[in-house]
Amino acid sequence: MREINVSLVTDTVEKLCIEANNHLPEDVKCAIKNCRACEDGEIAKGVLDNIIENFEIADNENVPICQDTGMACVFLEIGQDVHFVGGDLSEAIHEGVRRGYDKGYLRKSVVADPVRRGNTGDNTPAMIYTEIVPGENVKITVGPKGFGSENMSRICMFKPSHGIEGIKNFILETVEIAGPNPCPPMVVGVGIGGTFDKAALLAKKALMRPIDSENPDPYYADLEKEMLEKINQLGIGPQGFGGKTTAIGLNIETMPTHIAGMPCAININCHVTRHKSEVL
Amino acid sequence: MAKKITLPLTEELAKTLKAGDEVLLTGTIYTSRDAGHKRMCEMLERGEELPFNPENATIYYVGPTPAKPGQVIGSAGPTTSGRMDAYAPTMMRVGARGMIGKGARLPEVIDAMKKYSGVYFGAIGGAGALLAKCIKSAKLIAFEDLGAEALRELYVEDMPLVVIIDSEGTNLYEKGRASYLNSKK
Repeated sequence: MREINVSLVTDTVEKLCIEANNHLPEDVKCAIKNCRACEDGEIAKGVLDNIIENFEIADNENVPICQDTGMACVFLEIGQDVHFVGGDLSEAIHEGVRRGYDKGYLRKSVVADPVRRGNTGDNTPAMIYTEIVPGENVKITVGPKGFGSENMSRICMFKPSHGIEGIKNFILETVEIAGPNPCPPMVVGVGIGGTFDKAALLAKKALMRPIDSENPDPYYADLEKEMLEKINQLGIGPQGFGGKTTAIGLNIETMPTHIAGMPCAININCHVTRHKSEVL
Repeated sequence: MAKKITLPLTEELAKTLKAGDEVLLTGTIYTSRDAGHKRMCEMLERGEELPFNPENATIYYVGPTPAKPGQVIGSAGPTTSGRMDAYAPTMMRVGARGMIGKGARLPEVIDAMKKYSGVYFGAIGGAGALLAKCIKSAKLIAFEDLGAEALRELYVEDMPLVVIIDSEGTNLYEKGRASYLNSKK
């Protein structure tokens, strides 16, 4: 049994909120630069140049890449031999978000009630996702999620008879409907299987995976490549102004599901696909 | 080559701008997004004056991050304009002509743009750090309680924008994509 004081969780979440918002992961930067090299749309090239200049400014000046510094999605992989001491774990995470968004001059974008609104003023609560894993470590990932792209996400409870074609069409249709709204070039997270809620979680987790990685199952790795290619034939392009680069990455995550169903969720993200992890 | 334009966005100037034009915009603009637009439209319904003169005004759909010490403003890229579609025709009816944002607009907004010679400019979504560089001054003018959604008066210099929809209703989202796809045939 390893004891971890929750104050360490607070400090880590605070730091990760700021770092994730100011520094784009290397895999994302690399994908954008590669797409710029292959882009042949006229306005599109200039847009991608500006996007590259933007993340370089954010890196050098330690400022947020985008003004939508998102809802703080906090993923915890908690080793089963860990015992948290020193307070309430969830409150410790919220406190980390509160401090990170204050000290990092990040935007407070959370309302207390979905219908009656009212800004909470400190970007809490965090969206907390926990998973119990073997071992005595805790891995914390903060993935700030902007809503321009979140709003374009969709879920569908397919019949098994729809098969892989149903899923392929749904991915293309979702990107088509999203069009210029989610700040393309986008990153597409696809979750297939599980239950209604698990499919959505898989799609969100797919966005946390490096975009230069592939699904370990060759069937889905091929599907990732095929769908990214098809998306980039739609012509939507950077910012929707026309061009090749509509998406810079597409990740698929799957899990077993019921004999009667084939849930599929698509979580759309923008070119500012941010996440930062640390292992305690 | 980008065209340099200086505000205010008069009807005459608006009519010279065409979908697909890249522009560098200089002048005074006003920030507002969801909650600010809702309040302004409620004010107009009650017959009250807006916190700024809407005549020939340009509104930037943005909720910036807080300024760090020494900064004029924090990161300040556009938000999705479609959420302001419910309010945009009203704003144009009272004289506001320019809109800066990103993403698709409803047909009723485009109809109002044709009627009032409105122009919809796109700023690069997700380029908040870069766009902040063009903002030379920022002054809070109303709705301070809304935080990031408060109304601000900004002075911008050479802000890089693209005309997405012009006063004739021509739409770069349709035109740009079609011409790109045609070039691939």
